[in-house]
Amino acid sequence: MSEQVNLTRRSVLAMTGATALCAPFIGRAWASTTEINMLAWYGHGEADIVGAFEEANNVKFKPKYYAGGDNMLALIAQSPPGTYDVILSDAEFVQQLNAAGYIEPLDANDYPFDDMLHDDFRKFPGHWDGDTLFSMMVRFGHLGVSYNTTAISAEEAMSYKCFWKPEVKGKVGHFDWHLPSLGMMSLYNGNGAGLWDLDDAEWNAVQETTMSLRPQVGGFFDYGGTFNSLKNGEMLAMCGIGDWITGVLEKDGAPVASVIPNEGGIQWTESYCIGKDSSKADLVKTFIQYMLSPEGQVKSAQMAAYPGNCITRGGRAALVAADGAEAERTNQVDGNPMDPIALINDGRIHYRDIPINQTLEDWNDFWSEYKNA
Amino acid sequence: MQVRARAVNRFALAFRLPVIVWQGLFFLGPLFFMIAMSFFLVKNYRMEEAFELKNWARMLTRGYVWDSYWYTFGVAGLATLAATLIAFPAAFALAFRVSEAVRRWAIFLLIIPFFTSYLVRTFSWYVILAESGVINAGFGTVGLGPYTLLNTPIGTVVGYLTLTLPLVVILQTVALANIDRNLVQAARNLGCPPRRTLFAVIVPLAKAGLIIAALFCFILSFGDFVAPYYLGGSKPPTLPILIIDTTKSGQQWPRAAVVAVMMMLTLFAIAATSIWLAYRRRSSA
Repeated sequence: MSEQVNLTRRSVLAMTGATALCAPFIGRAWASTTEINMLAWYGHGEADIVGAFEEANNVKFKPKYYAGGDNMLALIAQSPPGTYDVILSDAEFVQQLNAAGYIEPLDANDYPFDDMLHDDFRKFPGHWDGDTLFSMMVRFGHLGVSYNTTAISAEEAMSYKCFWKPEVKGKVGHFDWHLPSLGMMSLYNGNGAGLWDLDDAEWNAVQETTMSLRPQVGGFFDYGGTFNSLKNGEMLAMCGIGDWITGVLEKDGAPVASVIPNEGGIQWTESYCIGKDSSKADLVKTFIQYMLSPEGQVKSAQMAAYPGNCITRGGRAALVAADGAEAERTNQVDGNPMDPIALINDGRIHYRDIPINQTLEDWNDFWSEYKNA
Repeated sequence: MQVRARAVNRFALAFRLPVIVWQGLFFLGPLFFMIAMSFFLVKNYRMEEAFELKNWARMLTRGYVWDSYWYTFGVAGLATLAATLIAFPAAFALAFRVSEAVRRWAIFLLIIPFFTSYLVRTFSWYVILAESGVINAGFGTVGLGPYTLLNTPIGTVVGYLTLTLPLVVILQTVALANIDRNLVQAARNLGCPPRRTLFAVIVPLAKAGLIIAALFCFILSFGDFVAPYYLGGSKPPTLPILIIDTTKSGQQWPRAAVVAVMMMLTLFAIAATSIWLAYRRRSSA
């Protein structure tokens, strides 16, 4: 039955020639899929978020992931204009992106501002330059006390004071980024809405408070380390994070939770921008619109890497309908007193910012000293 | 004769050239660039060429930089000492007590850990060192513990040993196996007791290999980021962690280059001293 194939020099040359002649057509078939270069936090270019959009629009995302706004700015600064088509930025860094000319203006009429869950989201700080929109908010989350429910009670977790509890000595971890942790220490010191606007005396006090926490600290972790140490019980409380990490663990059955304590919490906000000189601006606009659609908002709320809250009414309604348990777990239900929107309205949430009277370098220098103490 | 010698030299040069080019392009070039970069400045997250001493002045006057430096030096030194002492009995047994075939198998088995990513091997220690892990479970059976092993200097040293111990055993085994057995036998025949034979004959004869093994251990530990970060909990940070921290905040690559140059100078000094110790001739009395 088997037929012997005789490979002669002539047949090999013929096949090679045929392959070479076909190559341009194969190339063209591949080229019809448009590549979109994305710069984002980990997870935003994965199939659970962009898969359906890729399929529907015949595009392929090429994500480059960063950790932290500084890292993002540097990656853009070191790349030629047009390298990134879509940039996911932490809100507090949008102004710097705009000032450096790294992003294109957006047309506000393209986005569902009428459907926003909160008025602040319509004119989010730093996203507008006068009447020109430069970045479109897509999701947010809150940072507060993240804790192991077997070691810290829900009542105790209502104050950052629980980090100093003798029973958790050596078991308090830090997400290794100065901004959220020092922001929380500033809130604990009673700086409230002025947590980023510290004069010398207040800044010194924040440093003192932070240093007093050092004997309690068991380690400084990146995303993976934070995740592991909470999961295996090595750390019983974590400073600098929120539901974006404990939410994933909680869904996995770990005894961890995050709450916004009485001193207040910090909001992280993620927004999409179109990269300067991107040749795919229209496609990116369609993608941002997709992420703001009810379907996109649900995907964002269920994101495998880390969940984020919906910002539109349509998105919230779709989440409640599609995944009521997740909506309940994250309090994204109208009338719930811990509803993230209600917390903002109550004045318990402060948008993450960069220090106003000190430089990021000052804060980072202190952070290095603190880690070495 | 002269023509022939020149032809031989060209032939030798042709073989040496790839290594020279490689080292020049991928070691000396980046090294000089790193040194130059330590004098650059950063403005708006972008590096600008300059020749300023600001980065050096800033980093060398920060207490936390020196704290990190001495901690890194100490913990890498401790790992080197531990690796040398733990590896020696195993290397001795492989060199003197087992057959050639067993030695080959043992060396093959020592190479196997390198087939797996070091990061994966490091993460696997979580299961063993965690408070609910294997070691503490063992302590628990005799009513001890749990002890905190993760996110401590102990965790860091365990990580360093994961990286270096197999290599140190292999290098020590090779050094010991190459000793002239006749000299060992002569010492024994002349009535030298076993312990004295070990310290007066075997160790001095294998000195160069033992020191080079320790040197490799120190170099790898001193520059390792993974163990102190994931098993030591970055508490306190070592110099490689400090480099990452510095680049993350404001993209201060020039300041990170200062730390990197400090590390390179330290390693050059340690390597030079080690090589001198390894190959110096004993002065005749």
